[in-house]
Amino acid sequence: MLFTPFEIKETVDMFLRHKLDIRAITLGISLLDCSSATGTETRRRIREKLLRVAGPLVQVGRDIETEFGVPIINKRVSVTPIALVAASSDDIDYAPFAKTLDDVAKELGIDFVGGFSALVQKGFSEGDRKLIASIPHALATTDRVCASVNVASTKSGINMDAVREMGKIIKESAALTADRDGLACAKLVVFCNAPEDNPFMAGAFHGPGEGEATLNVGVSGPGVIKAALESYKGASFDEIAETIKKTAFKITRMGQLVGQEAARRLNVPFGILDLSLAPTPEVGDSVARILEEMGLEAAGTHGTTAALAMLTDMVKKGGVMASTHVGGLSGAFIPVSEDEGMVAAVRSGALTLDKLEAMTCVCSVGLDMIALPGDISASTISAIIADEMAIGMVNNKTTAVRVIPVPGKKAGDWAEFGGLLGGAPIMAIHNFSSDAFIARGGRIPAPIHSFRN
Amino acid sequence: MNAIITVVGSDKVGIIATVSAFLSERNINIADISQTILSGNFVMVMMVDLSKSSKDLETLKKEFVNLGDSMGVSISIMHERVFSAMHRI
Repeated sequence: MLFTPFEIKETVDMFLRHKLDIRAITLGISLLDCSSATGTETRRRIREKLLRVAGPLVQVGRDIETEFGVPIINKRVSVTPIALVAASSDDIDYAPFAKTLDDVAKELGIDFVGGFSALVQKGFSEGDRKLIASIPHALATTDRVCASVNVASTKSGINMDAVREMGKIIKESAALTADRDGLACAKLVVFCNAPEDNPFMAGAFHGPGEGEATLNVGVSGPGVIKAALESYKGASFDEIAETIKKTAFKITRMGQLVGQEAARRLNVPFGILDLSLAPTPEVGDSVARILEEMGLEAAGTHGTTAALAMLTDMVKKGGVMASTHVGGLSGAFIPVSEDEGMVAAVRSGALTLDKLEAMTCVCSVGLDMIALPGDISASTISAIIADEMAIGMVNNKTTAVRVIPVPGKKAGDWAEFGGLLGGAPIMAIHNFSSDAFIARGGRIPAPIHSFRN
Repeated sequence: MNAIITVVGSDKVGIIATVSAFLSERNINIADISQTILSGNFVMVMMVDLSKSSKDLETLKKEFVNLGDSMGVSISIMHERVFSAMHRI
């Protein structure tokens, strides 16, 4: 036999028992050639191009799923930031662009479209301003469109005007979807150092430096890592580090196989593979439980940052060796509402917002899917964003904020977002003002170590 | 294409015979077969050639689920390339 029964059972168990999956195949499509003088014409071109290029995506995904026996949870599309594509048009409100993306996604059976985005780390163009102002309405009136705004980078510093603006936009988005616990905010990410090839939502967009079309793959599998560690109770960190690395390698190789096959069938280049342990609300699919498996009573207690640092690094190391091109975010996500272990940790009081902020220094993204009290001020949200952007800027890493101020609810109440987004207890915040800090505006300059030229 | 069929469950008389008969009825050739006990479970793996199968893969998968249910074991089928990717460099 080509493989030993042990190898075969290990692989089969990964899928059947430990919920390993390809989280998404994400087709990045450039819309730069769709710009025109009117919004109507631009949207017509966008629609035509998406139908043409992304038309076969869902079928290709299904075929590979059947043929390889590997579950592909989502088929997604990311597009050029709409602020760039719509800029040449005479429209003031960009929400109709989101509607076009949403309509095409529904028509083709695509789960999410990312790219209702703007890159404003150093300043706003007219298109950027219009797009940001359109976000609340665009997200409240569509189902499958995701928005992101990059407000900071290690090279450019932090655009504090944009940070101030995004606090208001998040509040407004929540208010427009108050009947759904502020759901629009779950589709909006504020970034520092946003990657241009990320296949994961809500932050996916097809960066302006990307090619015409490219296929990126997002692989998940926290359950597999936890299961691998279960046989190493009491073992040293050297041993568990090695185990995580080897497991990440195997998972990534499988993702690489599927990604290359999908790219070949779609006749587009394979872009990158992103191995990110992305939890779902299901039991057995949690990143928090991996940290606890390492010996912590609850995620969030002392030692959590060290455990997460090692986990993220070992996942990256295993992944880098296994794929021709690793990109996106690659590491471990620590969303609260999407991870039953994190939810339990918040409920038990082990995990606080401040500890989550510390954890974002070493995870692969940032403050993610955190429900906040509905009466939080826009400036406090902006201040939370500013802290997170500073962590990303200084540490040369991607950081992000996806928080949901839940209208009419207070700390300790439950917020429900549904499906893969899950639900979470609302977390307490500091009740001291940051108003005067956020009112300043301007730019926080890039750190000294950004000058590497 | 070559696929790997995995049967996991408690050992009993006739598992190999039943699965082999099922494959033969559908014109699926068994290229290799192996069985062992892993962590207390009976594990049988078969490498099969699906190129002349009389049923498409989607139908086969459904039939495997029913066959597994009737024998009280779990049967899965996956492309050989998934195992090559994971276990061979």
